Amino acid sequence: MSQPSISKSMTIGESGLAVVFAVTAFLCVIASAKALDAPFAFHAALSAAASVAAVFVIINRYFERPVALPPAEINGRPNYNMGPIKFSAFMAMFWGIAGFLVGLIIASQLAWPALNFDLPWTSFGRLRPLHTSAVIFAFGGNVLIATSFYVVQKSCRARLAGDLAPWFVVVGYNFFILIAGTGYLLGVTQSKEYAEPEWYADLWLTIVWVVYLLVFLATIFKRKEPHIFVANWFYLAFIVTIAVLHLGNNPALPVSVFGSKSYIAWGGIQDAMFQWWYGHNAVGFFLTAGFLAIMYYFIPKRAERPIYSYRLSIIHFWALIFLYIWAGPHHLHYTALPDWTQTLGMTFSIMLWMPSWGGMINGLMTLSGAWDKLRTDPVLRMLVVSVAFYGMSTFEGPMMSIKVVNSLSHYTDWTIGHVHSGALGWVGFVSFGALYCLVPWAWNRKRLYSLKLVNWHFWIATLGIVLYISAMWVSGILQGLMWRAYTSLGFLEYSFIETVEAMHPFYIIRAAGGGLFLIGALIMAYNLWMTVRVGEQEVQMPVALQPAE
Amino acid sequence: MKAILTVHNLASDLVTTIWTPVFVAIFLAIIAYAFWPRNKAVFDKAAHLPLREE
Repeated sequence: MSQPSISKSMTIGESGLAVVFAVTAFLCVIASAKALDAPFAFHAALSAAASVAAVFVIINRYFERPVALPPAEINGRPNYNMGPIKFSAFMAMFWGIAGFLVGLIIASQLAWPALNFDLPWTSFGRLRPLHTSAVIFAFGGNVLIATSFYVVQKSCRARLAGDLAPWFVVVGYNFFILIAGTGYLLGVTQSKEYAEPEWYADLWLTIVWVVYLLVFLATIFKRKEPHIFVANWFYLAFIVTIAVLHLGNNPALPVSVFGSKSYIAWGGIQDAMFQWWYGHNAVGFFLTAGFLAIMYYFIPKRAERPIYSYRLSIIHFWALIFLYIWAGPHHLHYTALPDWTQTLGMTFSIMLWMPSWGGMINGLMTLSGAWDKLRTDPVLRMLVVSVAFYGMSTFEGPMMSIKVVNSLSHYTDWTIGHVHSGALGWVGFVSFGALYCLVPWAWNRKRLYSLKLVNWHFWIATLGIVLYISAMWVSGILQGLMWRAYTSLGFLEYSFIETVEAMHPFYIIRAAGGGLFLIGALIMAYNLWMTVRVGEQEVQMPVALQPAE
Repeated sequence: MKAILTVHNLASDLVTTIWTPVFVAIFLAIIAYAFWPRNKAVFDKAAHLPLREE
């Protein structure tokens, strides 16, 4: 080994972060010792352990790394940073399978209630938020972080900003998932849908998310490409809006800084309105804007066709931004929310038809001149079917927001069916398609291990989705009609338990559909694993260009 | 305090009155930007951006 000409020293980021984590570890040990409840003690101890591990990893990484940090460019070409992307892609697959599995378990519990084993930790009420958070935030979130870090680098032709910061984002985000998920199992929740994590998890997520925003913005700032590509606008809207929503919906005051329980600043209908302003925009900006960014980058690239209409993509973006934020009240039809607010929410939801379908048409028409590829490329087929599901569920959503329709659909399984046509069909398939593209690109592989297996995944999962959503449509409408059926004497025709009994066959079909979706994901995990393990290396990329991780 | 409240009321009246036309105007400006003939070349190039790799 040659002697380094300049002496090696820690960067401010390395030493600063190591000190911060050392202090955090100390504080967490104290918090754990003084904790008022067992879950808080557990989480504080977990955080202390993670902080100690972080200090160790940072110092170890410093000793292992060369004197100079990885250069932004090598031979005039950007030296892309793939490490954090690989980590997020791996975690996405892991959490995806975990989340689908928990979904299958709770679907089975609804069909066969004995499966909750009469234990608090495995009861439906605790597993349900574990499922929703695992699929939305853990699976979807990691897909969004991985793809956004990839797309922003490639479309800006610049290396990801920061050295430790991107790692802080991907590892810190997954630690948030760990705290949130174990909290649900232990009964820690603030009982707000999709915002269940308690105050300390929320604070941690805020820090991680701000760093995410800064890394993303700083990468855009040092771009070599003058134009900011439309996918980056969608990612940015996703990151910024989630920050605003998270802060808006979680101003809670803890009972004690040594306990997990907190109370929200406002109560009653104000809290409900804030919750669904948050909840629906989590759908709009997490599950829509972020994944539309994937659509606008991955579909053109995979189809090798330009975006059908770039003008339409600009209008699509701004129309979504202007309209989505008002749609939340449709979750509170026929409640204490003022009537005009309900109507406002309904009106904006219906107006959302236009940008949603504009975007869908833009995604689908990008295939013009390349439609034949649908026959031969199952990955592209997955991406395109996801856009079709996007169109379908964004047609159904506004329809369900109409108050008369909602009077039938609300609180029934129809809502569950609608959500899953969006979640499995749109978000799931676009994520699968993106990961099938991303893994060979990030690991520098020529191609996927097996397109045949992708084909199997596609058809098994599609069958699963069809079983799932059609079962829930029938079940939901049946349920709604039974609830509102009156006898000639004006009494309710069915007792509640009779409606529950009527659901049973559909719950079994739904669980079967979920099972198929899970099998598809397992096939995918095997395929991606083999792509990384035995896949042929891409040759034209010189070794020096490979990321230094 | 009273003066502050009056200013606040005036400001909130103004905002609640004009936000609709302001937002509509901004949105129309965005549409004009998207369809402005001179921007076509930039957008056509941007549509190909994912295909230009290095």
